[in-house]
Amino acid sequence: MEIFLQQLINGLTLGSVYAVVALGYTMVYGIIQLINFAHGEVVMIGAMVAFSVIGWLAANTALPPLVIVLIGTLAAIPACVGVGYALEIFAYRRLRHAPRLAPLITAIGASIVLQQVAMMIWSRNPLGFPQIIPNTVYHLEGATITLVQIAIIVTSVLLMVGLTLVVYRTRLGVAMRATSQNAHIAGLMGVNVNQIIAATFMIGAALAAVAGVMVGSYYGIAHYTMGSLLGLKAFCAAVLGGIGNLAGAMLGGMLLGIVEALGAGYIGDFTNNVFGSNYQDVFAFLVLIGVLVFRPSGLLGERIGERA
Amino acid sequence: MSILLDARDIGKRFGGVEALSAISLTIEHGEIYGLIGPNGAGKTTFFNVLTGVYRADSGGFSFDGAPLNVSAPHQVAVAGIARTFQNIRLFANMSALENVMVGRHVRTHAGIFGAILRGAGTRAEERAIHERARALLDYVGLAARGNEIAHSLPYGDQRRLEIARALATDPKLLALDEPAAGMNATETATLRQLLERIRTDGTTLLLIEHDMKLVMGLCDRIAVLDYGRKIAEGAPAAVRKDAAVIEAYLGGELA
Amino acid sequence: MTFTDKLKTNPTALWSGVVLIACALIALPFALAMAGTTWVRVTNLAILFTLLALGLNIVVGFAGLLDLGYIAFYGVGAYVYALLASPQFNLHLPFWVILPIGALAACVFGVLLGAPTLKLRGDYLAIVTLGFGEIVRIFFNNLSQPVNITNGPQGISRIDPFTIGSFSFSQNEVLLGLNFSGPIKYYYLLLLVLIAVIVINLRLEDSRIGRAWQAIREDEVAAQAMGINTTRIKLLAFAMGASFGGVAGGMFAAMQGFISPESFVLVESVMVLSMVVLGGMGNIWGVIVGALLLSFVPELLRHTVDPLQRSLFGRLIVEPEVVRMLLFGLALMLMMLFRPAGLWPSKVRQRELADE
Repeated sequence: MEIFLQQLINGLTLGSVYAVVALGYTMVYGIIQLINFAHGEVVMIGAMVAFSVIGWLAANTALPPLVIVLIGTLAAIPACVGVGYALEIFAYRRLRHAPRLAPLITAIGASIVLQQVAMMIWSRNPLGFPQIIPNTVYHLEGATITLVQIAIIVTSVLLMVGLTLVVYRTRLGVAMRATSQNAHIAGLMGVNVNQIIAATFMIGAALAAVAGVMVGSYYGIAHYTMGSLLGLKAFCAAVLGGIGNLAGAMLGGMLLGIVEALGAGYIGDFTNNVFGSNYQDVFAFLVLIGVLVFRPSGLLGERIGERA
Repeated sequence: MSILLDARDIGKRFGGVEALSAISLTIEHGEIYGLIGPNGAGKTTFFNVLTGVYRADSGGFSFDGAPLNVSAPHQVAVAGIARTFQNIRLFANMSALENVMVGRHVRTHAGIFGAILRGAGTRAEERAIHERARALLDYVGLAARGNEIAHSLPYGDQRRLEIARALATDPKLLALDEPAAGMNATETATLRQLLERIRTDGTTLLLIEHDMKLVMGLCDRIAVLDYGRKIAEGAPAAVRKDAAVIEAYLGGELA
Repeated sequence: MTFTDKLKTNPTALWSGVVLIACALIALPFALAMAGTTWVRVTNLAILFTLLALGLNIVVGFAGLLDLGYIAFYGVGAYVYALLASPQFNLHLPFWVILPIGALAACVFGVLLGAPTLKLRGDYLAIVTLGFGEIVRIFFNNLSQPVNITNGPQGISRIDPFTIGSFSFSQNEVLLGLNFSGPIKYYYLLLLVLIAVIVINLRLEDSRIGRAWQAIREDEVAAQAMGINTTRIKLLAFAMGASFGGVAGGMFAAMQGFISPESFVLVESVMVLSMVVLGGMGNIWGVIVGALLLSFVPELLRHTVDPLQRSLFGRLIVEPEVVRMLLFGLALMLMMLFRPAGLWPSKVRQRELADE
């Protein structure tokens, strides 16, 4: 039971991060039917920028930890937003009406470029998270939950609530939803489609920045390759929930995190230690394949038929 | 005359909309059977259910004496029903000849090993496919256009190409979805001749059409659909006088 | 008249050209060997990747299916060879037995992957195949406990080279006054295999199955209406592509003598896909050009960028590997923006892209 609870907590933490990243994927897919392969790299850049700032502040100032982390995050956000905006303007905009393969390949190319640029800026060495956050641990029925984990879960929930408010209670949100339903008609109704799409990328990128700080502080390091696997898994989460669906991305992220954590925790027992927790990464992909084969619209997605 | 296609109580719903409601009709060997009705009546839906694109919610088909159990759309062509589409669906970037050659797929056999090894049997089959495709293009009047790319053909020629491709599957029943759409009077007359020739040469025809002149002149029998129900069936002369049909097309009496 | 039309009407020119190219290809390894055996090895790897690109071309170019995990089939073929011809299980079967087994194993994996997923739409299929490729790699990396099958991240070494009786492909020999090193022997074998694969591809393209693939790519609904069992035909494309990958993998294992999961990562799948896309999807000759370009240019870069940086800056500012990946990523992006049909697209592909 202890393992279960512990893994549940770990799963919720990781799942929250997946959810926040998945939101970025799902928004972009919902609005222009593009899988933004480079999104994981944006998360990585957020982490790297934030860590650089946090590391410098921790070493050279005596500011309280919360302030340091906040400043780091606030530095990461514009960096990521800039990258997200650049991706849309330079890489994807011209390909909006091209066959599916072209933007997919461009996205892969962009992801490679971003990784290499990060490597050039920050070198192959991982950046460490300075020991500024107190290692407070709370106990809960035999399991432990750290301050960082609580912070991650709370921040994610706040971000999700905030995004939902923006999408459903603001003019920008209405414009975004209209564009994702039918961009052409939305344009005829006076929506500046290019601006809205750019805004979608930027909001996703801002979320990615915060997610980068969260995942970096959870694992204690940031590295130029951390984006790709995380991005892939978050995409799996978005598909699980129903791509294009905000609530789906949140649900899918949480679920995937929990499935991964519980799977990694119990797989040894279930398979008599033939397969251990080193197979953890496989879960996300198995979930993805399973969802797409048995319920392609995802848990919360809509079923769309095709007319002859 | 014997029955080729027997549709019994075909029903199809899409959510709350009942697109087809207890449709029953029979088509006899060698007939030209017309399916008409206002827009949205369910004609293309019927086609789609017949050809396995949709699954009927109720009812079933018998084809040439045997039940038509279609679990995958491609089996319909194997059974002997070929169709054309309302919005032409040619293989746009292949040549006219290649389009018709693809139609021969269902009646030929060469597989991967045949393709790689190119034994005598495969080579003979390929020659036969080429020849038959050329013959079919000639049959519909497109002999000179074999090497042209399908999407560059004029509209009327594209429709005829679609018919040639469907004929390449050696169908017993040829189902045509608005073959005369967008054609002028001359083209329609040529089409009519082609369709009559196809019937004389042994293929039964089922057509959806809006061109009343063509329908009345060409079809042996017609069924009229309206809001998913069959409201009349019979020879053209009788159907055109049917009160329900007139009401469906023109609306009821002014009060 | 295009260049190829002119060739067809002038048989003398065509055959003279073929003979010239044949002579050049036969003499090539010796010329390269003068610059160093490394260059022969590089050429051999380039031919291997060309084989892979041609295999993927069947899936992506002919049938229009997006596969981002193709390298998994290469890996399966390689590991099958390694397991049956190395100290790992102390089996030493001859290569003409193992290669077909490897091809079959890869084919089975292809069918396993394709059967449930081929009904998916374009980009979803891409992601699923990517996931599959990653799953296979993770298994390669971890199947070392409790039973040591793949020897984990360390990989399998001391893999048997190809041998026919006492003639070993890894030994240096002197024949006809020329020094045939191991790589040079493999070069000729690979060249023969490449020619066979090209012929197979050309025949597949112009066949009933090839037309069915193209029909499915053009309009799947219409293809079904014409009686084409689209699921089966797509699966055939997957299986064929996978088999080619498996054969190439087996040859890779024998040639290199050592394999590890590192050779079968996602980037490699992307690389092979890029060769197909860059060269011009569907066009066999374009794909070959793309594969050769993407194999040789990075090597050439590696040998020029390094000394260039040192002479300009006095030290290495950016590692060649980083330059290579950076240029690769940029090339992908620029290709899609400016020449999405590839460098030498098939006419069909050009038409497809002109429509959209």
